[in-house]
Amino acid sequence: MNVKLPIYMDHNATTPVDPRVLEAMMPYLTSDFGNAASRSHEFGWKAEAAVEQAREQIAGLINAQAKDIVFTSGATESDNLALKGVAWMYRAKGNHIITCLTEHKAVLDTCKRLEEAGFEVTFLTPDRYGQVSAEQVETAITDKTILISLMAANNETGTMHPLEAIGQAARRRAVLYHSDATQAVGKVPIDVEAMNLDLVSISAHKMYGPKGVGALYVRRSGPRVRLVPQMDGGGHERGMRSGTLNVPGIVGLGAAADICRREMAQEAPRLTALRDRLQQGVMSQLDRVSLNGHPTQRLPDTVNLSFAYVEGEALMLKTKDVAVSSGSACTSASLEPSHVLRAMGVGDELAHGSIRFSLGRSTTADEVDFTVEHVVRAVRELRQLSPLYELAQDK
Amino acid sequence: MKYSDKVIDHFNNPRNVGSLDKNSARVGTGIVGAPECGDVMKLQIEVDNDGRIVDAKFKTFGCGSAIAASSLATEWLKGRTVEQATGLRNTDIASELSLPPVKIHCSVLAEDAVKAAIEDWKRKNGRSDSGPQPQPAGQEASQTP
Repeated sequence: MNVKLPIYMDHNATTPVDPRVLEAMMPYLTSDFGNAASRSHEFGWKAEAAVEQAREQIAGLINAQAKDIVFTSGATESDNLALKGVAWMYRAKGNHIITCLTEHKAVLDTCKRLEEAGFEVTFLTPDRYGQVSAEQVETAITDKTILISLMAANNETGTMHPLEAIGQAARRRAVLYHSDATQAVGKVPIDVEAMNLDLVSISAHKMYGPKGVGALYVRRSGPRVRLVPQMDGGGHERGMRSGTLNVPGIVGLGAAADICRREMAQEAPRLTALRDRLQQGVMSQLDRVSLNGHPTQRLPDTVNLSFAYVEGEALMLKTKDVAVSSGSACTSASLEPSHVLRAMGVGDELAHGSIRFSLGRSTTADEVDFTVEHVVRAVRELRQLSPLYELAQDK
Repeated sequence: MKYSDKVIDHFNNPRNVGSLDKNSARVGTGIVGAPECGDVMKLQIEVDNDGRIVDAKFKTFGCGSAIAASSLATEWLKGRTVEQATGLRNTDIASELSLPPVKIHCSVLAEDAVKAAIEDWKRKNGRSDSGPQPQPAGQEASQTP
């Protein structure tokens, strides 16, 4: 086996900048450093042209119009802008928002903030795979509902909601529809027209672009979505997001999006095969391992497994040559196990023993095989140490 | 989590992993923690007729520092008297392992496991709530290995 250690299996946390992306960015960090808002000279024009090209590239990835792309500092800002922007713009129409318990904290905590301000939020409980159905969403809609916010794919489990069916329900009931598509964009097709999406949050660093830059798709027609800006200033980005544009970052996001658009058809099946190889490799050699997430309606890159009788942080310490993450409380600042797994009905004991493997562009079959071998060995060792395993064997 | 070398050493080479006969009158068993909380420690001591701990074993479900804390506790217990073992404090374990603040509860759990094991041994030998006595009572020949 030819692998370089440590192996990176945490691409849902972040990805490296693709060398082609870095190459596209470099001139805008050095010679072409202009401010895209400078209308009076060559430096500004070059920067503006680069930003507009990036807008086209991102729009091309999600079947949107370039003018509907608003640049932000990342998906957290995009989520805040979408939710708070819609809430404050449409509060005369209604005060109700629908979302799901498995959302990222960028959505959940924003919703909690809006609740404090008097908005009402329905947090839907997903099924055991982490999905909500279109019927479930539609049942929750009231005449006060102004926004549905559901992530395209979950960051911990990779589970994808039926976005298209939910979009049809949202459009039929004339409710705005936002999706935090941070984990999905660039990995699986996202089509704002086919899915009837009105707002989409995008992050560069999850798709081989740089950190600190993202975008929000804001539909301009059919319906026209209006937002109350969350930052006051020079009126950049159609007044929705003031602040000098991060030109090199935006160029990087555009280049990253373009690469994903061109390569997705080959990359997605390649990763799906590797993902399944990892899952089957581990599950065929160990008992009491369960998959967290949907068996098929899942990102090509994500496998989240719970290992009974073993604690996740200890397992990561044992497999330190493989970089992964865990839903264990011991790894989080809050000392609470994963809220996503909890919402899916996974018991706390199994949530503590969960590991997320997320594969990426550089992942090879050898790396997957190495990971399987090491994880299996580590679980066996830790089970020998586990009083719970001993108790289970005695039964 | 960045751990000290001592935690890593105990985690990678845990001392005294295993189980003693929980039905033996010489053995005290303490099981503390809860699976839902992500920590369960089973710690056992074997005490000779002089009240000295001749063996100690553990099994732990938990994070790296929980495993290290219980491993270290068994190491310290061996060769001590039950009376000495009663004086073991979680702060001793935490400082020996340089545990970060969020992991102090692992050392508390180890102290609790030691106390529970001692209590169990005392109960079996009719010594609950009493100070240490020179001879353990209720020993039967068949239970002595």
